[in-house]
Amino acid sequence: MARQAPPTALAVADGSAPQELPRAGAAGRGLTLALAVLRAGPVAILGLLVLVLGLVSDVFWSLENIGNVLNQSAVICVLALGQLLVVVTRGIDLSVGSNLSLSAVVGALVWQHQSSTVLAVAAALATGTVVGLVNGLLFVKGRLPHPFIPTLAMLTAASGLALYLSHSETIQGAPPLVDEVGAGRIAAVPGGGDFGWFPTATFVVVVVAALLVLATRGLVWGRWVYAVGGNPEAAVRNGIPVPSVLVSVYAVCGLLAGVAALLTMGRADAGSPTAGALAELDAIAAVIIGGASFLGGRGTVLNALTGAFVIAVMRNGLNLLGIDPNWQYMATGVVIVVAVELDVVRGHLESRFRSLQAVSAP
Amino acid sequence: MTASSAPPVLQVRDAAKRFGAVRALDGVSFDVGRGEVVALLGDNGAGKSTLIKAISGVHRLDAGTVVLDGVDITAAGAMAVRAHGVETVYQDLALFDNLDAAANFFAGRELAGPSRLPRALRLMRHRRMTDRTRELLDRLQVSLPDLDAPVALMSGGQRQAVAVARAVAFSSKLVILDEPTAALGLRESARVLDLVRRLKDDGVAVILISHSMDQVMAVADRAIVLRRGRSVGETAPTAENHERLVAWIVGAAGHQTI
Repeated sequence: MARQAPPTALAVADGSAPQELPRAGAAGRGLTLALAVLRAGPVAILGLLVLVLGLVSDVFWSLENIGNVLNQSAVICVLALGQLLVVVTRGIDLSVGSNLSLSAVVGALVWQHQSSTVLAVAAALATGTVVGLVNGLLFVKGRLPHPFIPTLAMLTAASGLALYLSHSETIQGAPPLVDEVGAGRIAAVPGGGDFGWFPTATFVVVVVAALLVLATRGLVWGRWVYAVGGNPEAAVRNGIPVPSVLVSVYAVCGLLAGVAALLTMGRADAGSPTAGALAELDAIAAVIIGGASFLGGRGTVLNALTGAFVIAVMRNGLNLLGIDPNWQYMATGVVIVVAVELDVVRGHLESRFRSLQAVSAP
Repeated sequence: MTASSAPPVLQVRDAAKRFGAVRALDGVSFDVGRGEVVALLGDNGAGKSTLIKAISGVHRLDAGTVVLDGVDITAAGAMAVRAHGVETVYQDLALFDNLDAAANFFAGRELAGPSRLPRALRLMRHRRMTDRTRELLDRLQVSLPDLDAPVALMSGGQRQAVAVARAVAFSSKLVILDEPTAALGLRESARVLDLVRRLKDDGVAVILISHSMDQVMAVADRAIVLRRGRSVGETAPTAENHERLVAWIVGAAGHQTI
């Protein structure tokens, strides 16, 4: 239809009046509105969830509970941000949970033997980064067909190494600074005052998120990450160093698993070899609820955070309502399907929007 | 016509390329002059795509030479050929659907600083890239409804315009267009042809692959017909030559140059 008699969409600037088809124009406005709503999808889901939980539970809006939600969401948030970068490049990192466990064990062991905060923190972060680097190199240099493979292998390997190093036992103790950041509330900071409910871990999330917003929107690297996800072949043709970009993305994802390991260590005052078990699923779910596409190129830092909060808030709400924990898993499943279904509808509307544009653009 | 007065921008000599037992190119020679639009005609499998891929560095020739402005680029890879000022717009357009027009223009060559940092860690100059994009689109008289929209939301013609504009943004010498109107309606096709004329006016040489004889007659200065990997004829695509061109394409006439 649009190909046969379209008032052209590629207008010459000769001042000719746009020949807008009235029907297409009206439908276009309707579509634009519907698209705006759907694009706000993750935020809308979170808003709805918060609204409903606020109505059915008296304690949901208490400062203490908000502090709890923030504290519990910190690890998911950090992991989700790393996962986001990977998913934007059409990849997946199944190893972030095991990586978290391994990094926490290594950090706790270094603390046990060296009693150096700097060394312990550096060891946890370095472990996470190295695991991520290995993932990226296996995928890119090992030419494995899909990142699912190396990161699945790493999921079991890192988990095994964590259990081996810790003799399958939780390594007690963590640097006081790590405890303070992972479990502390702002009141512990002098002058915290009325904000005694506010978890310090949330500051870590804010800093990580701010750095990633800067990196993805401001740095050439961030543009390359999205370009590689949008069209890997075109990225190569345009001279973007695609292999390096991919490796760097997995390395950053690993580094953030290291950061999450420190937060977990701080909360437990220990490094457990199973601390991150299944955390990769939360991270992936958060990114998907946040509207990132496995087809690559799409997803933002703020939406990934929103997705992480959806999971944390839902869990918290079901806890408050005294609902069987097993329902939480089922609820997460439902939210994933709803979120992605909304995204599918959005995709259909966008292609409809595109064909309308061809017909009605000035 | 221009080729005779000034040295040609592009000289292809005896280009040959085999894929297994198939002679995709079998001794093709031609020149393209500055600001000249040369159409490549031929049936499917005649060697048009192989020829442009050889010029743009995607395929390496088995024999023959490609010289651009006096520089031998026969053995240069795709990136090196682009660095020499040859841009190719393939049918798939190679756009980043998730990025806006400016990001597409500057993909891989983002304006950013400071230059002492490694390229990946430089801060992008968004404003400058958007301004340059707007200037370029104005110069090519392309208007997009929303410069900040991802190109996925644009119509076929707009996307083609973005791809062509991206090509000329960085190429001072030669733009190769592979069936730029294949997916477009009549009006959008006309706009793209206008764009080709403006490239010519800017002194950019254009190689155009097209199946539409009307379009070739409308914009090309010269048409070269390939058949089974050989150049079988070359002439100005005028109404009088129309029948002859068709005869060459279908193989009903021997090799001739008029």
